[in-house]
Amino acid sequence: MKSIKGEKNEKILSILCVISLFFTLFACVSSESDKLESPIYTGEKLSGTLRICNLGEYISVGIDRETVDIIKLFEEETGIDVIYTTVDNNESMYAKLTSGTVNYDVIITSDYMIERLIAENHLASFDAASLSNYGNIADRFKNLEYDPTNSYSAPYFWGTVGIIYNTKYVTAEEAKSWNVLWDQKYRGKVLMYDNPRDAFAVAQKLLGYSINTTDETEIRASADKLKKGNFIYVADQIFAKIPAENAYLGVCYAGDYLTMLADNEDLAFSIPAEGTNVFTDAMCITAKSSCKELAQFFINYMLDAQIGKINAEYVGYATPNTASMALLDESITSNTAIYPDNVDEMVANKNWERMFHLPTATIRLMSELLTEVRSK
Amino acid sequence: MRSRQPLIPYLIWMVIFVIVPLGFVVYYTFTNENGSFTFENFQYVGKYASTYVYSLRLALVATLICLLMAYPFAMILSRSHAKVQTMMMLLIMIPMWINFIIRINAIAFVLEENGIINKAITVLGGKPLKLIHTDFAVVLGMVYNYFPFMLLPIYTVMAKIDKSLYEASADLGGNGWQTLRRVTLPLSIPGVITGITMVFVPAASTNIIAGYLGHTKMIGDIIETTFKTEVNYNVGSTLSLVLMLIILIAMVVMNHFDQDKDGAMLL
Repeated sequence: MKSIKGEKNEKILSILCVISLFFTLFACVSSESDKLESPIYTGEKLSGTLRICNLGEYISVGIDRETVDIIKLFEEETGIDVIYTTVDNNESMYAKLTSGTVNYDVIITSDYMIERLIAENHLASFDAASLSNYGNIADRFKNLEYDPTNSYSAPYFWGTVGIIYNTKYVTAEEAKSWNVLWDQKYRGKVLMYDNPRDAFAVAQKLLGYSINTTDETEIRASADKLKKGNFIYVADQIFAKIPAENAYLGVCYAGDYLTMLADNEDLAFSIPAEGTNVFTDAMCITAKSSCKELAQFFINYMLDAQIGKINAEYVGYATPNTASMALLDESITSNTAIYPDNVDEMVANKNWERMFHLPTATIRLMSELLTEVRSK
Repeated sequence: MRSRQPLIPYLIWMVIFVIVPLGFVVYYTFTNENGSFTFENFQYVGKYASTYVYSLRLALVATLICLLMAYPFAMILSRSHAKVQTMMMLLIMIPMWINFIIRINAIAFVLEENGIINKAITVLGGKPLKLIHTDFAVVLGMVYNYFPFMLLPIYTVMAKIDKSLYEASADLGGNGWQTLRRVTLPLSIPGVITGITMVFVPAASTNIIAGYLGHTKMIGDIIETTFKTEVNYNVGSTLSLVLMLIILIAMVVMNHFDQDKDGAMLL
């Protein structure tokens, strides 16, 4: 009898241990607003649910005591519930949005996809200029081709595509041209995006074509160029391969360079002289949204100077928000890899191009050709 | 009538989650974007013919390796002490509690240019090997991930074989080889068929392993991009339907070898 009782006690004890462990876990979670110097929103509590879809790894989340989980902060301060989902890329977002099976209120996606969504009536128009924080956005990000009248979107981040390289193996001089990716010295050590538009853009710029070409001969010539390379086609694996020096160089979005630099200080970033793609990602409200007011409220919240700063610090991409830029550390805003100082000039002379939405036939051709290139 | 009623919930389940989705796949296969009837989607199957062959070949190699490794192991295990069996089973299962993507990533790290293997080779003065982004890496990834699915069914079947059958075989003068051929092998065939199905099918249609370990796309990756990036449900459905048919035919052919017909329901 005694031994059975002892076992029982042990069981109760272990259950208590597990429960107390759970409580300590919860106890560690502090309120997000405690991490801020001053609150963002102090108005009365609202109610409602907002469904937001964003690209992956593209918002500040609370990974430690210093970083702020923006979505949680928004929920705490405003009382609005957020259902936050992410997708791998713009195309997946398009697929989900147009499938009719999911409802989003706010989506964050890239310029060329916004252009397509506007044309296909998937977005709701709203008066961005009426948002109290819209004035924070620098003028050069307004009235862009994808949304000429600013009626469907408010800018989120922007950036360029360039070459990330390890200075131990690759010189800065070499990295000034996309040609370095084809250099025999680096065979098998070069990463390329496994995404038709990004991969083709590199070859197209190198061959002097537009990244928005629909000319089949130019596209096929670009595919032949890609075929001559000896690349490892990746998506997110770049974050593991470059810092660990398993690859020496690769095509990379500027913001991701900062993330990788934190893991390996020998890394550098260059925007090749042949030109590149300059992109803007923006926040939009879907046509099917049942709470467009709340959606606008959220977008305005994201345009807040302090939120923009917190987000830019975490994500690493360049903010179009001048008020946030003023709050950011000088070491970030003076980094010309992230905030290049010649944007206007480069865009004006078409060296840096914005991506436009292309006809389905062109996209399909590029996609098929990339598969062919990869299976050579 | 009474015996049929309990089946109803399962029938409803099957209709909703198997028949209806399959109907959609067939519908998309024979229509174009505007919803009109067409056979045009099948031209893509021809385009990706070499990818089909490549995927099926690697899956076949991985299945064979799994089988060659799992069969003797299951045999030894089923005759071991009960404690040893429990322990070994636990060791086989533990890695499966870890997320699939993490396990594939772990293999990638080991095989990387600067991975553990190549670092060891360099330290010993050798020339680093090209391990990652090769067919070898893909097959290794498949074997590593799907091995338990081969082992478990074979082991379960073998554990159930009556020990007195071995004794009878020995009594009648059968040697080890004869016992294996005449007793163990025929009785374990259902487990082998299940194991092959459970390894070959996911290996042939995998869409993650090649992305991390391979150098080119497998058919699963192509189906994924067709749906997710190109947003072309018609071609995507055609490619998956054809893959399904190929696997189905392979399974039917294989079930032919199972005289018991026990494995037939595992289709």
